[in-house]
Amino acid sequence: MPEPVIHTEKLSKRFGSFTAVDEISFSVSAGEIFGFLGANGAGKTTAMKMLTGLLAPTSGQATVAGFDVYRQSEEIKRNIGYMSQRFSLYDDLTPRENIRFFGGIYGLGKAEITAKCDQMLESLELVKVRDSRLSSLPLGWKQKLAFSVALLHEPKLVFLDEPTGGVDPVTRRRFWDLIYKAASDGITVFVTTHYMDEAEYCDRVSIMVDGKIAALDTPEALKGSFGTATMNDLFIKLARPAIRSGE
Amino acid sequence: MKSMPKDYLQPMRIVVHLLRKEFIQIFHNKGMLPLIFVMPFIQLVILSNAATFDVAQVPFHLQDYDRTPLSEHLVKRFTSTGYFRMTGESSRQDKGIDALISREADMVIVIPREFEKEMINSGHARIQLVINAEDGFNAGVVRGYAYEIISSFNRDIKRLLPQMSSPATVQPNIEIRSSGWYNPELVYSEYMVPGVLVVLVTIIGLFLSAMNVVREKEIGTIDQINVTPIKRWQFITGKLFPFLVIGLGELTVGLLIARVAFHVPMLGSYALIYFVATIYLLVVLGMGLLISTTTDTQQQAMFIAWFFTVIFILLSGLFTPIESMPHWAQNLTQLNPIRHFVDIIRRIMLKGSVIEEILVPLGILSVQSAVMLTLAIVRYRKISA
Repeated sequence: MPEPVIHTEKLSKRFGSFTAVDEISFSVSAGEIFGFLGANGAGKTTAMKMLTGLLAPTSGQATVAGFDVYRQSEEIKRNIGYMSQRFSLYDDLTPRENIRFFGGIYGLGKAEITAKCDQMLESLELVKVRDSRLSSLPLGWKQKLAFSVALLHEPKLVFLDEPTGGVDPVTRRRFWDLIYKAASDGITVFVTTHYMDEAEYCDRVSIMVDGKIAALDTPEALKGSFGTATMNDLFIKLARPAIRSGE
Repeated sequence: MKSMPKDYLQPMRIVVHLLRKEFIQIFHNKGMLPLIFVMPFIQLVILSNAATFDVAQVPFHLQDYDRTPLSEHLVKRFTSTGYFRMTGESSRQDKGIDALISREADMVIVIPREFEKEMINSGHARIQLVINAEDGFNAGVVRGYAYEIISSFNRDIKRLLPQMSSPATVQPNIEIRSSGWYNPELVYSEYMVPGVLVVLVTIIGLFLSAMNVVREKEIGTIDQINVTPIKRWQFITGKLFPFLVIGLGELTVGLLIARVAFHVPMLGSYALIYFVATIYLLVVLGMGLLISTTTDTQQQAMFIAWFFTVIFILLSGLFTPIESMPHWAQNLTQLNPIRHFVDIIRRIMLKGSVIEEILVPLGILSVQSAVMLTLAIVRYRKISA
């Protein structure tokens, strides 16, 4: 059994008297596609911010890519990729300028950036628009580019926070092809989503309710043990009794 | 991670990538370019020409109850200088007050009956000046002019009134002659242009930097930056440097306009001005970034930046002399970077001061830049909330 890529033990975050994340414990192993589900306000984004070193936990333990979230957040940052819920590349730059910038920030060399840039634009079929501002491109294209940029520095683990929000099913399906491709290359994918068909694509899913993990297993096992036909029914069954809902 | 010999230039290269991105964004922004490069100079030309303390053609109302050659001569003294012009005449007191209220006149000259007669008999006579002092500064200037005219009239009184007896009241012949050094003709533009230029450089620097980081927060790109291994000093340097370049660019064009359009003399060294300007811009940009990292929206950042800009400009000595401020306000101006840079740039341009002569204000600016930059770096956190 290899060491897990993510391991948390009673990880919590409190804002004043409000407990956003309440003692969550789980492990994600290398190469896994891990679905991190939950209703709005259940604490998903807060948990993800702690795991990516954007937010210091209040209590509990966690290691990400072998580094401690309290003391080694900068090492974590060097070893993970991250694509946030809000589209996070620069809209006023072109695809090429975005790739160059983020490649440069991660300390890639000039030749390496150029090579990766060409290869990436090629495989995403963005060669024609490589010098157009991102603001003029469809959201689906931008999301694919953002995902590839998150993998630019070849991290072992990538965090995707609702990466496919706001696009059509065909575009989402294509995006998931990219995720599968990354996973087959050995990259661990930690993904949050509100689309239950996407949850079915995951190796394992956890469902957060009111800051706690209410269920965690493979989609098949979860449906079996809760006696529901689809992930959608399961989600509603678990999330409906939630005290906090909506954001 | 591949094992490579440690690359000591690597940290700087990251800064360069950040710089390139900032410059591309600035030059991609077609809406901002004219704001940065055209607006300030329109302001410079307009403000430097308009902001003058000179008062010309002050309208006055005359109430001459004497109507003698002497009183007429006195009035002529007022109208012939170009500083005053008569807009009305009456022989009733309330008419004069009406003229002040309706703003038809800013001053009423009252020459009492028997003005000439008393002058001849006793060598003393009184006239009354009623000055509209809504604008205290203006009123002071008007009073000064009127005083000048009346004293010159006094000096000539013997010639005008040869029949005047009373040798006891010979005017003590004290005359005040002033000469303005370093700006002998008291040309206001020479005094205003360097000051206005400082204000423009300040506004551009402060607002661009104050809006910058908070804009990335609003768009959400800051999160993407924060999950990268970039270091705080790299981030702040990358944000600071482009605005330093723009600020010095503005200064250059401004100095050129000062020279070509306003003929402001340049007695000191340009190198010294740029040296001081760099330190000064670090204060301003550090402050802007501090505002940017402590606010959540561009709107908040804008209000805070305005709050400080207005205080700094009003307490800079640019529009009101620091010497005439209350004591506590005078002390407060010591904290005002605009005050020190205005002071230094005027001294260098008009007086040709060298570095030894500006050490005190320069020292204050240096301390301020160190404090601001430290605070900006400390306050910028790569973790949210």
